Amino acid sequence: MLSMRGIGKSFLGVRVLSGVDLSVTAGEVHAVVGENGAGKSTLMKIICGVHAPDEGAIEIDGRPVSFGHPIEARRSGIAIIYQEFNLLPERTVAENVFLGREPVRRGLVDRAAMEEATARLLDELGENSFGPRDVVKRLPVAQQQIVEIVKALSVNARLVVMDEPSAALAEHEVESLYRLIGRLRERGVAVVYISHRLREVFDLADRVTVLKDGSRVTTLPIGEITPGELIRLMVGRDLGTYFPPRSAGAGEVRLSLRGAGNHRLRDIDLELRAGEIVGIAGLQGSGRSELARAIFGAEPFTTGEMIPARPRSVREGVALGIGLVTEDRKAEGLALRQSVRDNVLLVARAVGGGNRAAVGGLLERVRLSPARRDQEVRYLSGGNQQKAVLVKWLTMAPRVLLFDEPTRGVDVGAKAAIHDLMRELANDGMAIMMISSELPELIGMSDRIVVLRDGRIAGTLPAGASEEAVMRLAAGEAA
Amino acid sequence: MRRALPVLAVLAALLTAIALVNPHFLEPAGFLAFLKRAAPLVILAAGQYFVIVSGEFDLSVGSLVTAEVVIAARLIDGDESATWPVLALLIAAGLLVGLVNGVVTTKMRVPSFIVTLGMLLVLSGAVFLWTGGAPRGALSEGFRVFGRGGLGPVPWSVLILVVLGAAAIRLMRADFGKTLMAAGDNERAAALSGVRVDRVKIFAFMLSGLAAAVAAILLGGFAGVSAQVGQGLEFSAITAVVLGGVTLGGGRGSVPAAMAGAVTLEALFTLLNLYGVSGALEFTVQGVIIIAAIAAGAVRLPRKPTPRTGDAHAAS
Amino acid sequence: MHLLTRARPRDPAQVLFLALLGLVAAGWALVALDGGQFLTLESVVGIQQRSAALGIVAIGQTLAILAGSLDLSVAYLISLTSLVAAEIMAGQDGNIGQAVAAVLAVSALVGLVNGLVITGLRVHAFIATLGVALIIKGVVDHLYDGPAGAVPESFQVLGYSRIGPVPVSALLWAGVAVAAWFLLSRTRLGYRIYAVGGNEEVARLSGIRTGRVIVLAHVLCSVCAGVAGLLLASRLGAGAPTVGTDGGYDLESIAAVVLGGTALAGGKGGVAGTVAGVLLLAVLDTLFNQLEVNSFVKDVVRGVVIVVAVAVYARRTQGRPA
Repeated sequence: MLSMRGIGKSFLGVRVLSGVDLSVTAGEVHAVVGENGAGKSTLMKIICGVHAPDEGAIEIDGRPVSFGHPIEARRSGIAIIYQEFNLLPERTVAENVFLGREPVRRGLVDRAAMEEATARLLDELGENSFGPRDVVKRLPVAQQQIVEIVKALSVNARLVVMDEPSAALAEHEVESLYRLIGRLRERGVAVVYISHRLREVFDLADRVTVLKDGSRVTTLPIGEITPGELIRLMVGRDLGTYFPPRSAGAGEVRLSLRGAGNHRLRDIDLELRAGEIVGIAGLQGSGRSELARAIFGAEPFTTGEMIPARPRSVREGVALGIGLVTEDRKAEGLALRQSVRDNVLLVARAVGGGNRAAVGGLLERVRLSPARRDQEVRYLSGGNQQKAVLVKWLTMAPRVLLFDEPTRGVDVGAKAAIHDLMRELANDGMAIMMISSELPELIGMSDRIVVLRDGRIAGTLPAGASEEAVMRLAAGEAA
Repeated sequence: MRRALPVLAVLAALLTAIALVNPHFLEPAGFLAFLKRAAPLVILAAGQYFVIVSGEFDLSVGSLVTAEVVIAARLIDGDESATWPVLALLIAAGLLVGLVNGVVTTKMRVPSFIVTLGMLLVLSGAVFLWTGGAPRGALSEGFRVFGRGGLGPVPWSVLILVVLGAAAIRLMRADFGKTLMAAGDNERAAALSGVRVDRVKIFAFMLSGLAAAVAAILLGGFAGVSAQVGQGLEFSAITAVVLGGVTLGGGRGSVPAAMAGAVTLEALFTLLNLYGVSGALEFTVQGVIIIAAIAAGAVRLPRKPTPRTGDAHAAS
Repeated sequence: MHLLTRARPRDPAQVLFLALLGLVAAGWALVALDGGQFLTLESVVGIQQRSAALGIVAIGQTLAILAGSLDLSVAYLISLTSLVAAEIMAGQDGNIGQAVAAVLAVSALVGLVNGLVITGLRVHAFIATLGVALIIKGVVDHLYDGPAGAVPESFQVLGYSRIGPVPVSALLWAGVAVAAWFLLSRTRLGYRIYAVGGNEEVARLSGIRTGRVIVLAHVLCSVCAGVAGLLLASRLGAGAPTVGTDGGYDLESIAAVVLGGTALAGGKGGVAGTVAGVLLLAVLDTLFNQLEVNSFVKDVVRGVVIVVAVAVYARRTQGRPA
């Protein structure tokens, strides 16, 4: 029913997609896989009318279409379920499902019709654990996702795009997601399923399209490929050339965890040594970020041991010489309307200590031009923003520096600069822990890779481990 | 500082317009008299600035000013020797009110709009309860001198204004100011950088309370004791701050600009008086100018206050 | 799941009505100990009358706050409309119709201006409505020094008469409340007010014209203030330039709304809570009057009650799994 041909898209002169073809038939579950940055999300946003393609054609049922706004795509029967739900938590299920298009009878909202229709759709999906009158904020995440799906069905969506739908779900909830998608398929709804979890792709999809570096590698029926082959198609590139050489060896232990845990983590044993970069791998929700936050003191460990000490707050973490470069730099790393200078000095000012005089030198070291020092941070590129966050911590001369997705949303040049800098810092004797969902980066940078799964350490791999090995541990299966 | 330019331009235009009608205005004596009149509002605006830049509101300053003046009159009751102890008490009371505002806002997670509104009611009720409805007693000469007298040609209130203004500017340049600003801009990022967000916000409320106490001391001397002395000052102060380009919701704007906003507002009052716009219509013109100046775009405000955790949890 | 959520009085409005009952019981006991009777016909009528004007304004304020805005101009608008009403009526029965129409038109216009300044010029609601308040204040103070105009006897029925134990003004309040409840729970506009206040972006992505919703909420809010102005004019027998501000209707109406459990940030709450909030304040008042407690105590208690109530709501929200 949907067919896209030769789709191309550039942002600010950077080519994100080129010549991508995708066709989806009614009742099909079509998985789209690829590494981060392969162009999945851009493709998805084009399908849903958030972005218009620079080139290529989209047809629905053989008729060419072009969407200027997500609402137009919705009218054509395309619905999207984002990772972050578009729901009003204070309103009921039925009110959310019909938001903006409430049925009206004699000028009044027809609650009965609304609730009936919602109940019917819930029923069709075999969902009876909640009803149309329940308030959304009281539903668990998995059920909120069902509300989003019902919302899609209520507009008679014939194509539903799901972006990492299982990311927020617990293990048992994923099973009901499977059933739900099965029912959508029975109704003849096409599903575009984007996921990093290969097991789900193999369980659910009829066909799979592999994207890499903005192009389509192949589209295959799922029966014609093995997980191993699929991974190779997704990554298949020469590693090593991009990354700075590893250091000779690790020094003293800077930080060690024994049986540490909290509400998200259990039995974590981990040592971070001077001069070493330890990579942390794991699927979304495996507890990667939580580990960094716990070590840093933002969401402290409640059990187990941490040497030199278990920080109970950010300030205690900072006092122990720990720094955290957060995953979401706009929400958690920077005060965007303050100057670069004020941002890089923030920790030193808040906690005291640190070498303020060194800031000039540090900015030079990361090659953030002095002219930008008084500029508001929000006007900087992603790469320069990340450099500012980095300098904020370097000012404190930390003994241990934790990086959560250090190069997300950063262009290639800045990425290499950040990689070089991380290695330099390690060589200078810092202990570094790096979380990344980009496996090539993780493997290229790490001296050791610790893989998390469901809040525990699933295994540790040596430098230069294969992506397959990491994925296998992370997904918890022998593929 | 670039954000302060529009307000400075408006201020310059107003001062010119005033000078055209009243040439004496720009002479030292005339201008000092103007500043003397403006001092209480400018000081209040500086206090309010700290609260607003941290992402909060302080609606209690007007009633705090009234309360302080009424308390002072009752306690001093013309007794010269009571002047200094009462002055100290007023300052302490201002700080205490700010402390309560700040603690309830941050620790109990009640939106500051409501906390300070409650404080407004409590203060106005408590004061009149205590005084029995009408302000009684009298201020001492020693008390009034701050609002009326001067050191040679320079009024005390102007000197106090200069000192407090300089202190406020220094404070904003110091670590406290920078962390306060960061907390107002991005509370989460600030907390993850080790900023004690609750503590800096509480301190901001205390500064606002302190400013109200000082403004009350000046106004008591300048305008005398009445139950209306602080009426509407909270709105004037917030308006002045916003006029200076400070964003409601926090994280941007400077103290000098906020204070310039207050001077501008006072200049506007003066001008309207001079041009014979009757006492009442001056409000209308004021309203139009405020909306126009803020809408004119030099100052881009978010339409809604940036959601705070406290707001989100305001009610269930 | 159904049963569980139903059984517990989670809704602040319910909690508040329980608190109201408790307060009435406590008041009854206190007054009885004092040798009096708390809920006499007189005192009930008093409570109703006291609440009516604030109640009507607070209903309008509820709409504005639910839409994620707020209105600081209502107090001056009340003064203005009381004057418009009394001046046009000029003591003549025949002019009542015109006067009411004029009041509604003036207040709708003010609401329109508020809404357009907020959505069109993108001025923060706090400053926008404060500015409009000053504009109205200037006009009113410029034109009037004291009470003006005259309200004919027949219109004063609104302020003073009652049907059985129920004052006409209370009926008017009830009517406005029911209309607003109906609007919020049964019309598209009501649904959209919740949506815009709850999350403007989600509302926009659902195809809702958010600006229009905010403007309409402000128009309705101002019309409620206009109705309150009519009511106060009929009580006074004339229009008065300070009737709105003396009553403190701007901040008090916001306080009553928030006391009723409506979130200041918008998107949650409702009319029932506001009604309970207003009644609670009025019962408190009455209780203090009967116990002959100094009237200023009531302000203090009021302030404390409001802050404590909101703190309790905040705590309840916190305690719940998200």
